[in-house]
Amino acid sequence: MTTQTQDIQVRDKREVKSDAEQTIPGRVFSPNVDIFEDDQALTIVADMPGVPSENVSIDLRNDVLSLSGVPSVSVPEKEDYVLREYATGKYFRQFTLSEVIDQEKIEAKLNNGVLRVTLPKVGPAKPRKIEITEG
Amino acid sequence: MIIRRFDNWPFDGFSGGVSELDRLRQDLGRLFNGLPRANGWDSPAGVYPLMNVSQDSENVYVRSEIPGMSLDQLDVSVTGRSLTVTGERAIPDENSNVRYHRKEREAGKIRRQLTLPTDVDNDRVQAKYQHGILMVVLPKSEKAKPKKIAISG
Repeated sequence: MTTQTQDIQVRDKREVKSDAEQTIPGRVFSPNVDIFEDDQALTIVADMPGVPSENVSIDLRNDVLSLSGVPSVSVPEKEDYVLREYATGKYFRQFTLSEVIDQEKIEAKLNNGVLRVTLPKVGPAKPRKIEITEG
Repeated sequence: MIIRRFDNWPFDGFSGGVSELDRLRQDLGRLFNGLPRANGWDSPAGVYPLMNVSQDSENVYVRSEIPGMSLDQLDVSVTGRSLTVTGERAIPDENSNVRYHRKEREAGKIRRQLTLPTDVDNDRVQAKYQHGILMVVLPKSEKAKPKKIAISG
């Protein structure tokens, strides 16, 4: 017997070790992403819980797309921890893009901690069929 | 010369091999379950979503990272000292002609129960969902609040 939906499994956040030291100390995590494309665009969906839209930065240069986000919620100092199961920190992840992206038309939406970046491809990316003639 | 010996080490013969392994596993289990982890974090319950619980003199605060939910998919209830969060995280299908390169985000059911550290006033519990974080504020019941005792001299 198979159930249609399964329980979500716990996974520890993946911490990012960057080469450069940070100016503001704190932990950095790699957000979970879905990446998919169709003929028109490449779309990246990233889970960044706790991050408000003003704290997200998306940067594309030299074919490298960088996504980063800083959570706004922090635990006030007057509260004492009773149980601490997850760590909080910045989110950061980079991707090298193999497609040419129309930079002007990049769109990003943030909804309940989920960032969705749509990167439209340049021009009609129709597969070109090359006819081979014999002779 | 100091010879350090583990209990029952070396074990005698092959017959002891399995129980030795069991014992080691038990020891490790105790080590990881009983103590806070070396980095200062409690060992997670192994159930999604993970929760951070804190308190001050007035309230208990429960925070949990559950990105991408809508409010009608998330249920929070309190019975006695037990807090239950249930729901279902749905990731809507994209149109059928997309090709997936990575699929790391998970969809599925959410079911988590947590025992609160103190008695709370169940009628005044409030829950808020913002930026993908669920925060539940549970006011402590009167008898669970710290009382300042006047000292007479």
